[in-house]
Amino acid sequence: MKRNIILIITGLCLALWPLGGYQEGIVILMCINCIAAMGVSVLTGFTGIFTLGHAAYMALGAYTTAIMTVRYGIHWLPAVIAGGLMAVLIAWLIGIPTLKLTGDYYAIASIGLGEAIRLIIENWQSFTRGSRGFPGIDPYTTRIMAVVIFILLAILMFNLLDSRLGRELKASRDDSIAASLMGFNTPHSRMKALVISAFYCGIAGSLLGGYMCFIQPSMFDMMKSTELTAVVVFGGLGSMSGTILGSAAITLIMEYFRDISQYRMLIYGLLLVVIMVFRPEGLMGSHEIWDLLKSKEAVKKDA
Amino acid sequence: MLELSHVDMFFGGIAALHDMSFNVQKGEIVGIIGPNGAGKTTIYNIISGVYTPSAGVIYFQGSDITPLKAYQINRLGIARTFQNLRLFTRSTVLENVMTSAQNRYINSFKEDFFSGNISRTNCPDPESWYSFIESCLHIGRWKKTEKVLQFKSMKLLERVGLADRADQIAGTLPYGMQRRLEIARALALSPKLLMLDEPAAGMNPEEVFELNDLITGIHKDFDLTTLVIEHHMDLIMKICPHIICLNFGAKIAEGSSEEIQNNPEVLAAYLGTDEEEVI
Repeated sequence: MKRNIILIITGLCLALWPLGGYQEGIVILMCINCIAAMGVSVLTGFTGIFTLGHAAYMALGAYTTAIMTVRYGIHWLPAVIAGGLMAVLIAWLIGIPTLKLTGDYYAIASIGLGEAIRLIIENWQSFTRGSRGFPGIDPYTTRIMAVVIFILLAILMFNLLDSRLGRELKASRDDSIAASLMGFNTPHSRMKALVISAFYCGIAGSLLGGYMCFIQPSMFDMMKSTELTAVVVFGGLGSMSGTILGSAAITLIMEYFRDISQYRMLIYGLLLVVIMVFRPEGLMGSHEIWDLLKSKEAVKKDA
Repeated sequence: MLELSHVDMFFGGIAALHDMSFNVQKGEIVGIIGPNGAGKTTIYNIISGVYTPSAGVIYFQGSDITPLKAYQINRLGIARTFQNLRLFTRSTVLENVMTSAQNRYINSFKEDFFSGNISRTNCPDPESWYSFIESCLHIGRWKKTEKVLQFKSMKLLERVGLADRADQIAGTLPYGMQRRLEIARALALSPKLLMLDEPAAGMNPEEVFELNDLITGIHKDFDLTTLVIEHHMDLIMKICPHIICLNFGAKIAEGSSEEIQNNPEVLAAYLGTDEEEVI
């Protein structure tokens, strides 16, 4: 309950605080990145499967929504949801053969699959306009919409993690043999995590299309995938609030250094190194931010 | 209740188990002993489905479980602990127990209306189950079920004496407590057959003494059939009326504790024979 109140207050601040046009853009971008990072976090942080191909699901979401709205004139909201569902469908198809792989093997497979999806989009010229990009998307991602969707998805995600499914995922992360001997069908658990994470990334991609009004395959290359996973590690594996904080922080820092954009990746790398040196567990370790509040209260009670 | 019939297990060319057959009756406590590398844990691994035996058949409650996967076997009511602790180390103690408590399955027998065949159905316990939508939105059965799970899990933690540590991260518990937590976690599945793999390893004599009471206590209270692998002979001799002794993957003796203690082959396996000393 306390968690939802914190999230809703954050959402209200983000949505209603008077900001200029440029800052509004940053807020939208931040929400989009957070949604995608939450998706990757549920897979990497909570289920223990490293992925380096999740930008492809963003691409799937973005292209599905763009084609539906521009070519077929469908309203953006069902199109965004369809974008998420398209990512789910492809993730499910990909998951059937690959989720028997665990650990590093899946990471390698995901690089290949991610690139494959991007290359298909790039070369299917008649349908996606290939590397020329897809222009003319309605700017449906307003600040309010982005924040509302972000907060809604965040609440759903936290609820989900605080339920039987959350425990199931954590069990198969911590020890998949023990999990299967406690009656969990672990490949099935991993599939659930992959599908949920693809949905989040798909939605994030769709919203990105509506914000940029233009998408092209190179926006969803391996660089983006690596960034998503790096943000999750930065925030702390096994901490969803850490992921959100980390993602927001990195988006802000990247925007701040936009003037010296040729050095941005240098700063990015430096930031990751600093975090790894001073907080090897990531920003939040595997704690949630309200756990810290709770433990402080407990300390006060004891004293 | 449980029957192994001529089970072989080969790893490459090495026979970890050879022609292993034994029978466990309902309600028994069976001790499995043997020197290191005798194949004791391998027996657990093939019963619980981690490995599929190279040959032979395993029956549980009269049905063949050999081809089933680990999670399916578990859902029939076989729970185990591990020799080298496999807790969910990053979750809290309570979460560890809740994780398995949520996975209780109920076996019921159903008679087919047309053919009259009796089939076994295996469905999640409705008391500890709720749907995906309910988990997303925290509505419906979510609240009640979580409370029930928490209550049941706390009960079990009290039983093994870990109730005051419920909020601690499992990986930070002392060794002996981690072993007891594993027992609580296995019990949360409300199994019919409980397999303990060296429950006393790394415990001091006092803790072993407490464990003794714990094992016999839960055996009675939870109406279990129990298998125990152990190196502490006093513990085995005290609690197990039925003992199986292995060496080099084969059963060398089976019987009551007196029979085992006086069996020359068992003594040879543990103490070595004169001939071996000469070699």
